[in-house]
Amino acid sequence: MGVIRILAALVARDLTLASRVGGSGMLSLVFFLMIVALVPFALGPDLNLLSRIGPAILWLSAVLATLIGLDRLFQADEEDGSLDLMTAAPVPLELVVLAKVIAHWITTGLPLALASPLFGLLVALDGTAMAATALTLLVGTPALTFVGAVGAALTASIRRGGLILAVLVLPLMIPTLIFGVSAAQSALGGTVPFATPLMILSGLSLIAALVGTFAAAAALRWSE
Amino acid sequence: MRLTVDALCCRRSGRKIFSGLTFAIGPGEAITVTGRNGAGKSSLLAILSGRLRPDSGRLTVHDMGEAALPECLHAVGHRDGLKSSLTAAENLAFAQSLLGTKRLSPRAALDRLGLAHALDLPVAYLSAGQRRRVALARLLVCARPLWLLDEPTAALDTASQGVLAGLMAEHRAAGGLVIAATHQALGLEDARNLHIAQAAPRAPEPADDAEEAWA
Repeated sequence: MGVIRILAALVARDLTLASRVGGSGMLSLVFFLMIVALVPFALGPDLNLLSRIGPAILWLSAVLATLIGLDRLFQADEEDGSLDLMTAAPVPLELVVLAKVIAHWITTGLPLALASPLFGLLVALDGTAMAATALTLLVGTPALTFVGAVGAALTASIRRGGLILAVLVLPLMIPTLIFGVSAAQSALGGTVPFATPLMILSGLSLIAALVGTFAAAAALRWSE
Repeated sequence: MRLTVDALCCRRSGRKIFSGLTFAIGPGEAITVTGRNGAGKSSLLAILSGRLRPDSGRLTVHDMGEAALPECLHAVGHRDGLKSSLTAAENLAFAQSLLGTKRLSPRAALDRLGLAHALDLPVAYLSAGQRRRVALARLLVCARPLWLLDEPTAALDTASQGVLAGLMAEHRAAGGLVIAATHQALGLEDARNLHIAQAAPRAPEPADDAEEAWA
């Protein structure tokens, strides 16, 4: 029971912080909107082309939007000593990491997946494609966040580590991107059934959750 | 609880900070850690709080069952561990649910430190001394036997230093332990003194470069 209470306290605190002044609450959602809105301007008003590459654009934007605020995930707590407080908690550091990543996903990945049908309008997606892309984002963004958390933990004690973080984690997000886009595309027809890449995508999220939690905690310990 | 530290050696970035540090502390006792700037006072406290791994040596906790050392202590240091955008009450409530073993409510704890009026103010609005007092209020919201204080009187006014001395006396009377790195007397006049001598910079592997003076 104690462990659940501590996890809930950590998640609640990070959600409160994200909603206060200086928190990056809805920032990644706005960034997501910006990128998606730029694409039709760059490609021109070719609706067929847009709807064909729409899921890919949404996924690419999601990958980039995930990076927003990620560099502060552990760095903010490392700088003001909150991380020291958390090491004194009667739970392993892995659980602290898990709680913080879940809170980060709730403020970045989840709103992104929920808002993606709306943004699908900008790239001329039809109803099926919107639903499919939203579902793949819902299943796939946890993988992006957990992979990113490892990079965030590695760069926690580096000033202006945001760029290093992006260089570190973007290559690791490629598998998620591939299966996310292929799942969304397969919903629009093709030889592969929708379920197959979606299953692999869920598998990637679960693996990232497990490996990411332990790797990020190890990185935080190692940096000290 | 009792804590024994045996032949502790600390190395940071390959440079030896101190070695051969041995001491023990029991219920109601206090130790002040002194030494020149850079002698390793904060490093010692970081090792005790589990944030830094010692190069060698052993830390043993007695009479605390299964609990590991970081779970038995409060650490208040230079970085106060407070979130600027949260109020003092929210910061303390979070510490309380994170660390467990509730004692005073955030309101009562802040009241003890004369900061009851700051309960609902974001910590960003507080001065350095007031922030330090909020951090010290953490000592009261959760009961933990060992207090590790790194320069606890920094930024505190005379009245607050007196309050802190009173809190430490009360804590020790109840069987608590205090280890403070400080140059101020701060009401620990009867405490033992652990002096960390700086490791000789160019000596290759000095055997006993940390001396202890027990006052």
